[in-house]
Amino acid sequence: MELLTDCIKAFVVGGLLCAIGQILIDYTKLTPARILVSFVVSGVILGGIGLYEPLVKFAGAGATVPLTGFGYSLANGVREAVDNEGLIGALTGGLCASSGGITAAMLLAVLVALLFHSHDKS
Amino acid sequence: MNLSPTQYDTLVKRASPKSKSPKTIIQAFLIGGAICTVGQLLRTWFLSLDISQTHTATLVAASLVALSALLTGLGIYDNIAKYAGAGTLVPITGFANAVVSPALEFKSEGFILGVGAKIFIIAGPVIAYGTIASVIYGVIYWLFTAAF
Repeated sequence: MELLTDCIKAFVVGGLLCAIGQILIDYTKLTPARILVSFVVSGVILGGIGLYEPLVKFAGAGATVPLTGFGYSLANGVREAVDNEGLIGALTGGLCASSGGITAAMLLAVLVALLFHSHDKS
Repeated sequence: MNLSPTQYDTLVKRASPKSKSPKTIIQAFLIGGAICTVGQLLRTWFLSLDISQTHTATLVAASLVALSALLTGLGIYDNIAKYAGAGTLVPITGFANAVVSPALEFKSEGFILGVGAKIFIIAGPVIAYGTIASVIYGVIYWLFTAAF
């Protein structure tokens, strides 16, 4: 039962974040790349001022899977690193915390390029 | 045919498919929500295996990236994206798609300057500005904790 409510919360919050992205695509001149950058930077700001944490507590993957969650993990990583190591943590914490996703993407991109061929974009 | 830029703009606008409707927003909501639900199922599963919160977050991200990379390789992700718009763009699977898609497309230009360089064509700015924002936050946070 708890699984069901967790999934519904993740679905609704994650869906809403994507709907915001779609509204930006439809009603502004922002390109997809700019939207992704805005989402990550917004995640860093919201994570930094402590507004994103409650959303993660509430919605779980609904808040961490969208790219705002990527920004949130950058901010979290930096805060922990500054707590542990001082100012140098500002340089190291962000990429440390988000390295898993980035590394997986690079690795799989090269693997997929080795195994598959480009599809016609029709 | 001689056309002024404004005439050309109107022609382009008339010819391009209309995407501005509540329907696209609902589609983005549904598909984006579905992707996050898959993430939540993975998250619950990893946590039930006694994996720490931090490692669970990394594993969920990596699993979704892998799933998206596979679907991109098979040409399925881009077909879903046509329907879902931001629903497939905003989740981390969209980030993975933005890395894997150019890898396939620019394979013909070789693995160094084709694949190796072009995988960052969208991911590069995202990583760069996200990281820079986090550095700024880190310095502000350090100032506050060190000073007060």
